[in-house]
Amino acid sequence: MTLQREKRKYSWGMVVDVDKCTGCQACVLACQAENNVPLNLQDRFERARVMSWIRVERYWEGEFPDIKARFIPIMCQHCENAPCEPVCPVFATYHNNEGLNVQVYNRCVGTRYCANGCPYIVRFFNYWEPVWPEAFRNHLNPDVTVRSRGIMEKCSFCIQRIRRGVRNAERENRDVVDGEIQTACTQACPTDALVFGNFMDEDSKVSKMKKDDRHYTLLPHLETDPNVVYLAKIDTDKSAGESHG
Amino acid sequence: MQQRRTIDQIHTNRVLLNGQLDTPKWWAPTVITLGIIVAIGFFMIGIMVNKGLGVTGLSRPVYWGLFITTFVFWVGISHAGIMISAILRLSQAEWRRPVTRAAELLTVFSLLTALMFPLMHAGRPWRIIYYILPYDFARGIMPNVRSPLIWDPVAISTYLTGSTLFLYIALLPDLGNLRDRTTGWQNALYTILSLGWRGNPRQWKLQTVGGILLSALMLPIFVSVHSIVSWDFAVTPAVEGWHSTIFAPYFVIGAVHSGVSAVVTMMALMRWLWKWEDFIRPEHFDALARLLIVVATGWLAFTFLELIFAVYGLDAPELALRELQIFQWPWNILFITFVITGYIIPVGMWLQKSVRNNIALMFWSSLFVNIGMWLERFLIIVPGLARRTPFVYTWESYRPSGLEWFILFWSLAWVTFLMLLFSRFFPLVPLFEQKESETFSDSIKIGRVKVPAIVREAD
Repeated sequence: MTLQREKRKYSWGMVVDVDKCTGCQACVLACQAENNVPLNLQDRFERARVMSWIRVERYWEGEFPDIKARFIPIMCQHCENAPCEPVCPVFATYHNNEGLNVQVYNRCVGTRYCANGCPYIVRFFNYWEPVWPEAFRNHLNPDVTVRSRGIMEKCSFCIQRIRRGVRNAERENRDVVDGEIQTACTQACPTDALVFGNFMDEDSKVSKMKKDDRHYTLLPHLETDPNVVYLAKIDTDKSAGESHG
Repeated sequence: MQQRRTIDQIHTNRVLLNGQLDTPKWWAPTVITLGIIVAIGFFMIGIMVNKGLGVTGLSRPVYWGLFITTFVFWVGISHAGIMISAILRLSQAEWRRPVTRAAELLTVFSLLTALMFPLMHAGRPWRIIYYILPYDFARGIMPNVRSPLIWDPVAISTYLTGSTLFLYIALLPDLGNLRDRTTGWQNALYTILSLGWRGNPRQWKLQTVGGILLSALMLPIFVSVHSIVSWDFAVTPAVEGWHSTIFAPYFVIGAVHSGVSAVVTMMALMRWLWKWEDFIRPEHFDALARLLIVVATGWLAFTFLELIFAVYGLDAPELALRELQIFQWPWNILFITFVITGYIIPVGMWLQKSVRNNIALMFWSSLFVNIGMWLERFLIIVPGLARRTPFVYTWESYRPSGLEWFILFWSLAWVTFLMLLFSRFFPLVPLFEQKESETFSDSIKIGRVKVPAIVREAD
């Protein structure tokens, strides 16, 4: 059984300040490099099989010339009440005791049911065996499994980094310090729009940011209880306090 | 029932055993042709397993496509057997007699085919073999019983086991009959298979009781199988077109609609191919068409209820999905085809008595139903996934690849192939049922008119 949120030592989560996001896609690139995500070549775009654990969605708001570009980075929301988890017949995806929605590649048989269940559409299926150009072979991250064809993959909150951080802390008989563990995307974000941390720690940056009046979650009507919290865009034209999305 | 000449038992034996004892000339070439298509189909599946699901047209977010549609389609067809042989048996509808075996056979073969689709459409089918099908001792992890994909194999394998037993029990008297009429290896085969059937009163009693018990035991399956298949979709809260409370009865009644229509198609083919005009008569088609009118109308009510719920709720994503499903290219053409072929044409035809008694028209109308019913499943599954979510990054559609289309047609060839293979060794119309109905039929005098009637044994 997964521990209730209150009983956990760590409950990893992310706060995304949409107001700070410039849509630069650095997070996308960092994630691609960190997690051995296959290259999205032309064929993947043509056949709508792009893999991108984190993506920056762009919206246009308003009519020309009074038009605004909006950006929102979307990754696995690590829902506490995840629609993808109960439908997996082989427990390839389940909720662990640190609030992560984890994907066990070895168990996955590739029914793709979890992907159908995911309202955020952040799960990706390996339709082909992933290939990298020869020059890229030695660039693969040795800490991350290269997924074979026929299985699902998705944002893991850079679980390899979390593991390393927790292990180092345990070795030194202390708790993980806030900011010690960084996911690839939060590390790469030039404007600190993405912040990763432990929601169980009241003093952590994410816990404080989460209390901001601007906070919201994606698709709240589905009651998925995501561990990714968004802070709304501050629109100077509009009256203050109006929520985004 | 119409007035007809009585059929003596010798004639029954000679005609109904023609598939085994006097195989028609068309049989071998047809089976060989189908066998080649089936072999190519298996080769295609092999390519897909070998190369990966990239060979399909599936994308993101349309992760399920033609294969799951065809899976639901075949499970739907399989409802024919239980409807005809269990429900009509328990309700003592006499006209079911010549169709029971064919319907049950269709059930068994379509379930076998249906089971193959979720297997082949998985990313790593070989893993399913040792994760789900037997209990996985090696990993020490139970399959996730919360997943409808675990309920599916349980329901379908229960149905398959029940139907196979049912088929076999009903086959016993005819196997004994064949054993007495064959020599050589065939005789040896039928001797083993007939389990020492001699037709004494005790054996008849056991056979009858066994049949009735199995039909009663299988009644819950009638409700459960397609309900569970519908829950594959209905338990998914994020997909508006799938997340519906009426899916279970909707799918069950749709399954009966497509299954019984498939039986009509098959009866027409049997009547033409083996020349069983004496046994599969217009009155049987008439009765099935009357049943189908009721079933189809009930099913249409569910179809419209689903749409009405969407419109009544005025839930924006749901409305957007229905708009996509009904009004947008290319789904709009498919939707119109689905309503016309699934209901308007066939039911419009069946309302005419002349059509109900015309075998060729019944054949075509029942084919239309199954085109419509396949489209119905396709229109639920694919536009449901290709819906316009709030995330514009994922707005994609789906175009099935040639390989997917071939495997769909392969499944049709495969079921026909199995049926024909079966027909070479076992009679498709139960001889004993036929003879029983002859014995029970009688005529009673009402006023000045003599009316054919059925005498029943006291219950």
